[in-house]
Amino acid sequence: MNSHNIPELENFQEQYWNHSLKLTVDRRNFLRLLGGGMLFCLSYTPARAQESGRNGGGHELPKDISAWLHIGADGKVKVFTGKVEVGQNIRTSLAQQVAEELHVALESISMVMGDTALTPYDMGTFGSRTTPTMGPQLRTMAAAARQMLIEMAAERWQVPAEGLKPIQGKILDQQKSRWIAYGELTRGENLVKVVSGSVKLTPTSEWKVADTAASKVEGHDFVTGKHVYPSDIVRPGMLFGAVLRPDGFNATLESLDTADAEKLPDVKVIRDGDFVGVAGADASIAKKAIVALKAKWNTPVQISNSELFEYLKKNAESEDDSAHRAGSVEQALANADVKVESKYTVQYIAHAPLEPRAAVAEWNDGNLTVWTGTQRPFGVREELAQALQMPETKIRVIQPDMGSGYGGKHTGEAAVEAARLAKAAGKPVKVVWTRAEEFTWAYFRPAALIEVKGGASKDGKLVAWEFHNYNSGTAALGTPYDVANQLVQYHPVRSPLRQGSYRSLAGVANNFARESHMDAIAHAAGIDPLEFRLKNLQEPRLRAVLEAAAEKYGWKNAKATPGRGFGIACGTDKGGYVGAVAEVEIDSASKRIRIRRIVQAWESGAVINPNGIRNQISGGIVQAIGGALFEAILFEGGRILNPRFSRYRVPRFTDMPDIDVVILDRKDLPSAGAGEIGLIGVAPAVANAIFAASGVRIANMPMAPREDVPGEAQSTFKS
Amino acid sequence: MGDYVLDVNGTVVHVTAPADEPLLSVLRDRLNLTGTKYGCGEGQCGACTVLLNGVAMRSCRTPVSAAATAKIVTIEGLERHGVLSPVQQAFLDEEALQCGYCTSGMIMSATSLLSKTPNPTDEQIVGAMNGNVCRCGTYPRIVEAVRRAAHAAEKGAQ
Repeated sequence: MNSHNIPELENFQEQYWNHSLKLTVDRRNFLRLLGGGMLFCLSYTPARAQESGRNGGGHELPKDISAWLHIGADGKVKVFTGKVEVGQNIRTSLAQQVAEELHVALESISMVMGDTALTPYDMGTFGSRTTPTMGPQLRTMAAAARQMLIEMAAERWQVPAEGLKPIQGKILDQQKSRWIAYGELTRGENLVKVVSGSVKLTPTSEWKVADTAASKVEGHDFVTGKHVYPSDIVRPGMLFGAVLRPDGFNATLESLDTADAEKLPDVKVIRDGDFVGVAGADASIAKKAIVALKAKWNTPVQISNSELFEYLKKNAESEDDSAHRAGSVEQALANADVKVESKYTVQYIAHAPLEPRAAVAEWNDGNLTVWTGTQRPFGVREELAQALQMPETKIRVIQPDMGSGYGGKHTGEAAVEAARLAKAAGKPVKVVWTRAEEFTWAYFRPAALIEVKGGASKDGKLVAWEFHNYNSGTAALGTPYDVANQLVQYHPVRSPLRQGSYRSLAGVANNFARESHMDAIAHAAGIDPLEFRLKNLQEPRLRAVLEAAAEKYGWKNAKATPGRGFGIACGTDKGGYVGAVAEVEIDSASKRIRIRRIVQAWESGAVINPNGIRNQISGGIVQAIGGALFEAILFEGGRILNPRFSRYRVPRFTDMPDIDVVILDRKDLPSAGAGEIGLIGVAPAVANAIFAASGVRIANMPMAPREDVPGEAQSTFKS
Repeated sequence: MGDYVLDVNGTVVHVTAPADEPLLSVLRDRLNLTGTKYGCGEGQCGACTVLLNGVAMRSCRTPVSAAATAKIVTIEGLERHGVLSPVQQAFLDEEALQCGYCTSGMIMSATSLLSKTPNPTDEQIVGAMNGNVCRCGTYPRIVEAVRRAAHAAEKGAQ
């Protein structure tokens, strides 16, 4: 296994799917889940994706209702899921779906999430899987529970179940004008019933709760500071831990002098191989102790930004068997009227979740409890078991709703550090990473080198498409356009920096290259970029969002002027469809780019909580602006040169364009996740708008960095 | 280590801490007021914003020794008798948050702005809030929430 590559979501996805297929979801459900291009995506998963060693094998999803929900004697409903809330609002949207099927008030439901002792095993919260998989799972269990309650009431009253109806937490017998509350039926006892076969779910067209704009549950706690995040956890007698970081990546510890640090009051220094940490009574003393440690590190020579793309090209592993081929690209290009060839690059960027990695570990009689911020509590339990050489049965990982992740918190570094320090100190220990640690020792969104060749006939028919992605991944790799001659290939590379999942994975990079290139071909052929796309696109769902975005923007009558232009892009992955139009303004003197407006149309099947979806889509647009225009990790000699917000620019209020989000609600289609794919249309739409405004095509992300990225041509524009 | 008397949310508290310890750590680790968040430690993200004598300050860059003479208000001090402040209520009504980690700092910055400028223009809102980062990108709703809070306060005053 390549230790530098944190397994990407695709890997997990495939395992998860095999898992689901084998163990839980019936065939009908499985085929339903496969909607929206998933099969296509899987066919591109390279063989090595199986090497992650983090599979979920052996963890069967429980089929018993009681594992998933409990109705107390007071009628309060507890719902258990291993998924975690990180700001994507699933604590609310999942509760809504349970309320819908169970016929109870939303307020009566509380979600127990991401606690390895209380919730069923879950691979993790990623890949936009909560809505398409956990949603139906909980709906199924809630519907089965509802049916069971009806049968319990029927038996109690000795009447046929058919005449009884569930309404607002009660079973109603209309004929005899009587009712009984759920809590009275269960008396708080578990609903013991194995759910097998298919359970009839409420059709989306009949939803009354799930598709409403319900307010965020526990919202009050977030505006009053009461919500307890992982970094807020306090345990009796708790110490504060800190870890000595190497001078650079891949460094080894040559020598260590702990004398000065150990002279500090109430400080314990812990060394275990190259792991060196301290635990002290407060954060100040722990920090002082780290500074007092005298360490010598050997840091090997490593590449920097300036050699990055050359490195990716040279070190690519050939994966011929994973290539998608059709027809002959070579011949088709030779005969094409219009040919465009380009190279696109994307720099590493950081997730920079506002809450850095944090954990509190506590040992009791050889049992370990860790509160930590992670998208994979069960995965972190596995990491802890391996690191501490102990069985998972003695470990409990609890994930309080955390300060975001964006795919950047799949791992349990802080959890392992806190556990090691707590074990040595004999007291609970809290570890909260500094911003610099989070920027340096977490993992990055993969850099990408993408080479594209495209050809079209003069009437605008796409005839040839060759697309090579080096390093960044397979998400949205294939083209959704109809083109007879294709060669599409992903070339894995041993990444020089530690890399892993990031919201929408390689979807942003692949879409940036593809949609920029489509724009370039359209211009070369002298055809309107929207018309060119529609001419080569059959997928009705993608056409619908593209047309909806263009319509809302007023594409037909819009005219670019020097310094002001607009561009269009579209894309699909994981069952989400996005069409985006961006309008930019470029100051002629300063060359500063301002994005003035973004219109984005979104479709992901039946909408669950439109308020939540809008927040996710709008937020995704904002986050994507950062990577499009100015975010870049600068690195040299195994060190990150800009590990702080004063050097790593993230989107702020002043970067905001007017944002219009158009949601297409397809009640007739299963709901897909909406947390990720909303990012993938922004960068190419902006690049295409810049071209319309200036005639300059920017093929490097970020497109207008605050400081030049070594190895990239000096940017024409500033942001 | 020094002994400090702090006025936090209208209550006088005694703390013992190094003089250079950031007010943020004192609030979070010594007084268990964890609503104020650590985000960057260099005053760039605003997650740690509190009011010092009514003005928004970055508690990660304020040594406890410098805060000893001021009236400190944190997110925990805004709710009065179970009633949310207009800014808190507006953030809730607009659902101007996703993960919510930046929310305390956003609310404190907005509270500071509205105390000086009860009817801010959009430019004034953006200018005053620009030091606060929302990595989830909820900015449009946050601007809307500040506008809403301003209107609510105006109505309340009439």
